[in-house]
Amino acid sequence: MDNHSYDVVIIGGGPAGLSAGLYTSRARLDSLLIEKGLWGGQIANVEQIENFPGFPDGIGGFELGQLMQQQAAKYGLKTVSGQVTAIELHGEQKIIKTTEGDFTAKVVIIAGGSERQKLGVPGEEKFTGKGVSYCATCDAAFFRDRPVAIAGGGNSAITEALHLSRYASKVTIIHRRHQLRATSILQERALAEPKIAFLWDTVVEKIEGEDFVKRLRLRQLLTGEESTLEVAGIFVAIGFQPDTDYLKAILPLDETGHIITNEKMETAIPGILAAGDIRHNSARQAITAAGDGATAAIYAERFLTEH
Amino acid sequence: MSKPVPITDSDFEKTVLQSEKPVLVDFWATWCGPCRMVAPIVDELAEEYAGKISFVKLDVDQNPKTAAKYSIMSIPTLLIFKQGKPVSHIVGFRPKEELRRSLAGVLG
Repeated sequence: MDNHSYDVVIIGGGPAGLSAGLYTSRARLDSLLIEKGLWGGQIANVEQIENFPGFPDGIGGFELGQLMQQQAAKYGLKTVSGQVTAIELHGEQKIIKTTEGDFTAKVVIIAGGSERQKLGVPGEEKFTGKGVSYCATCDAAFFRDRPVAIAGGGNSAITEALHLSRYASKVTIIHRRHQLRATSILQERALAEPKIAFLWDTVVEKIEGEDFVKRLRLRQLLTGEESTLEVAGIFVAIGFQPDTDYLKAILPLDETGHIITNEKMETAIPGILAAGDIRHNSARQAITAAGDGATAAIYAERFLTEH
Repeated sequence: MSKPVPITDSDFEKTVLQSEKPVLVDFWATWCGPCRMVAPIVDELAEEYAGKISFVKLDVDQNPKTAAKYSIMSIPTLLIFKQGKPVSHIVGFRPKEELRRSLAGVLG
């Protein structure tokens, strides 16, 4: 165990956590950030980010994550690679338990983000890596000249469908609603792309095949009509779920597992703040997450001054 | 230092299939974010298992034949070969502990 007590421990190295770390480090607070995977979090898997101000030609998501980490490290943010398993409260001290040992801090900023939600249908697990994928930027090239489907209708689904259309022979977007939630400019691009087709008000009920995915069993929600679609791959982009199971015992969460905060990013427990996608009602954008992180850092500093 | 060695379609047979020791092959590509998440963990495991298991990496972009032969459709994929046969198949980012369990299983 690391006997040192930090001013601030930040959980998560995406835009929220790294922005918080940038601010706390510049405030000369002794800060440690714990990240389980890659700098940038979700954005590290995004090929090109076009809606982060300051980059008129867009910027690669992986690159943006690296730059955010470098900027925070420049001001003294310490980092460790590991996964948080629990937070324990000991008076005003918080003990953060991780796969790499325990850390102690006066303030914790939880910015752990969210992970891809699964479809939860038969065949999904069996065919993961055999036609079922959660990362179009990773796997699109394996489906050159073959038909694929994508489940979802938000920004991630449409961005990934556009990426897939450069490789696959056909991309069918299967969406449970009658219109897309994706931002207009992405919708316009998808509607103009001849390789992309849409199945509205439709859900995937089952993924079938022998060794690899061969077809999807679908159901039209309005008519109840069932159909099949022959595909070599199904990409899942139906949303994200927060990684908050380990917080249930200490923090109030909403019905989808997101952390409830006030406008200062404070949770119900003094000295524990939350920022980014993991928060209730987050807009789930890189820029709003970064804003949350900065806000959390500023109120963390005030908390430390007052306590 | 024993870091994973980059291999190609042409030396796969000799380096992996004919190896006396078990071999972990990291199938990756430059465009894949999660592959870059897995790489540092694989580096650490290569150090830990030095002498017991060989670690190699194969860029699927440059070496499509091997990727197709083993039906890789998602990266990162880690395949562990023992006496020329794939005995463990790990898809996607997995924590180090879980990878350790797979490696221990192969050494059995």
